[in-house]
Amino acid sequence: MLTFTIRRLLISIPTLLFISLVIFLLLNLAPNDPMAQVPLTVPPEVKEKMREALGLGQPLYIQFAKWLMQFFWIEPQVLVDHYFGTTFSEGDLRVISWQTRSPVMDIVIQRIPQTLWVVGMSYVVGILIALPIGIYSAYRHYSVFDQAGTFITMIGYSIPPFFTGPLVIVIFAVQLGWLPSTYDTLHQVIDWDSFVVQLQQMVLPVMVLALQTTAQISRYMRASMLDNLNQDYVRTARAKGLSEWTVVMVHVLRNSMIPVVTVIALGLPAIFGGAIITEQIFKVNGIGQQLIGAIYANDLPTVQTLTFIFAFLIVFFNLIADILYGLLDPRIRYD
Amino acid sequence: MTNTAEPLPQQPARSKWRDVWDQFIKHKGALIGGIIFFTIVLLVMVGPWVWPFEANEVNIRLRNQNPSWAHPFGTDQLGRDTFARMIAGGQTSISVGIAAMALSLTLGTLIGVAAGYYRRLDGVLMRFTDLFLSLPILPVLLVMMLLFREPLSEAYGPENGMFVLIVVSIGITSWMPTARIVRGDVIALKEREFVLAARSIGTKDRQIILRHILPNVLSPILVSATLGIANAIITESALSFLGLGFPPDFPTWGRLLNDAVNYLQLYPERVLWPGLAISLTVLSINYLGDGLRDAMDPRIRGR
Repeated sequence: MLTFTIRRLLISIPTLLFISLVIFLLLNLAPNDPMAQVPLTVPPEVKEKMREALGLGQPLYIQFAKWLMQFFWIEPQVLVDHYFGTTFSEGDLRVISWQTRSPVMDIVIQRIPQTLWVVGMSYVVGILIALPIGIYSAYRHYSVFDQAGTFITMIGYSIPPFFTGPLVIVIFAVQLGWLPSTYDTLHQVIDWDSFVVQLQQMVLPVMVLALQTTAQISRYMRASMLDNLNQDYVRTARAKGLSEWTVVMVHVLRNSMIPVVTVIALGLPAIFGGAIITEQIFKVNGIGQQLIGAIYANDLPTVQTLTFIFAFLIVFFNLIADILYGLLDPRIRYD
Repeated sequence: MTNTAEPLPQQPARSKWRDVWDQFIKHKGALIGGIIFFTIVLLVMVGPWVWPFEANEVNIRLRNQNPSWAHPFGTDQLGRDTFARMIAGGQTSISVGIAAMALSLTLGTLIGVAAGYYRRLDGVLMRFTDLFLSLPILPVLLVMMLLFREPLSEAYGPENGMFVLIVVSIGITSWMPTARIVRGDVIALKEREFVLAARSIGTKDRQIILRHILPNVLSPILVSATLGIANAIITESALSFLGLGFPPDFPTWGRLLNDAVNYLQLYPERVLWPGLAISLTVLSINYLGDGLRDAMDPRIRGR
């Protein structure tokens, strides 16, 4: 298992490098001029200087190597410096945003907590709702609850977040006025009342994202439970006189959770992608909104860094899913 | 033991597609989904010939009308008839969905068949597929929109350029699941006796693939076709919703939804029409795909 983990880790390094190369080439070979926004009155030689200041004068492979160096060598040093007060990164050039002229990673670090709060909370809520629904609809296969559950998950699967978002805003913020329609990131939790406000502003975005999660995971849970409920070991467990609760919630559930856990790990990066839209709707200033803002402003270093962070999340959670699968299911050892 | 003749079949032979159809109409959800989807397609294709208003006909005196008999969905801030815009938007959204699905299926089938049939290509193509699967799709699509929008708009005009760009970018970022499924099926089929028989009488690879392999992988391809349309419609709407899709005066369902969000406080019902249209279309396609999957699966069909 350890060799497998190490081999799998080593494979993900070239994958990540290749993805960063693809993103880099896409951004740099595209017919797109970063100087397009500069007024025409600026003389050409000044424009040339500005290009060089942005690091655009050099050949592509040097630009790529520089970006790699900045992202994988200098940025971790900055992080170490920040936590331990050392000075490894002093004087080194970091990935600078064209939009704000400040290091991209600083803004990312400022914005990641909002994304993690909303996305993470919605994922947890979604899973907590999905698992019981999946278990119960498999246990009562073809019952009214199962039919209704299948229909509702199909709806949750089909309605895109950019419709549920405005819909819940119309219902809960405009018509009923119960909850705020935007997410205020400056809000600080200091006492019980401000905690309630924080909860209220999180309800809508979390609900929208959780609907998607619930729909997908409960479908997997149901299918996986159905596969296991007809197995021989279930009959044996019942024949031994175990209570129905123990049979279903211990024996069947533990075996059914194996594929579901990997699906949960694999689905996490997709939720970050979905968060781009949800953040836009509820005005959460997380990294998804930063990406959209950078795209509108033609801020290529930010776009490149953020896209790579999303790719990194996908590769990382694929790795976690693979390893979890091997750990949970002794029949699958990749040696 | 004298009767060595085979017993004659009691019933006339049934074709496979007849069986598939019989199973399909048994799945009520799939049948209803199919009917709804084809009704929507028919409506948006025939609509412009029948409906008296044009999608871009500005009538500033009739702006912000509530639903009435003349304008069943009301009018927008420029007095354009919302129903006509919904029809026009549906045309774009569904054409994008079908075109992108066709492209992604072609790519996926090509790569899947090549990887499954030719052992030498398998490793390379599957690693390539894995790489594509680890790309963050939505951010990459947004980046592609940002970079290629203007050059393509200049080359083909703002609407056609955007159409080409959206179809191509959705197509080349969504072929991977199809390729994987097709590859798995082709690998299993390749070892079957009928392929061996075909090869032993000297059939060329191309003919084997076209006559023996492709017809047998048709059912997973059809299922992923339906899901592909749904996926492409949602992606196109998401791009238009984020303002990086078609130009503002060119209606698509996602664009209409985006416009409606700006008037959320005053006219909340405007969000409903495009959102319902997208959701209903995608829901009906998903049910259709579900039913097709059951109908195409011989293990389920027998029951």
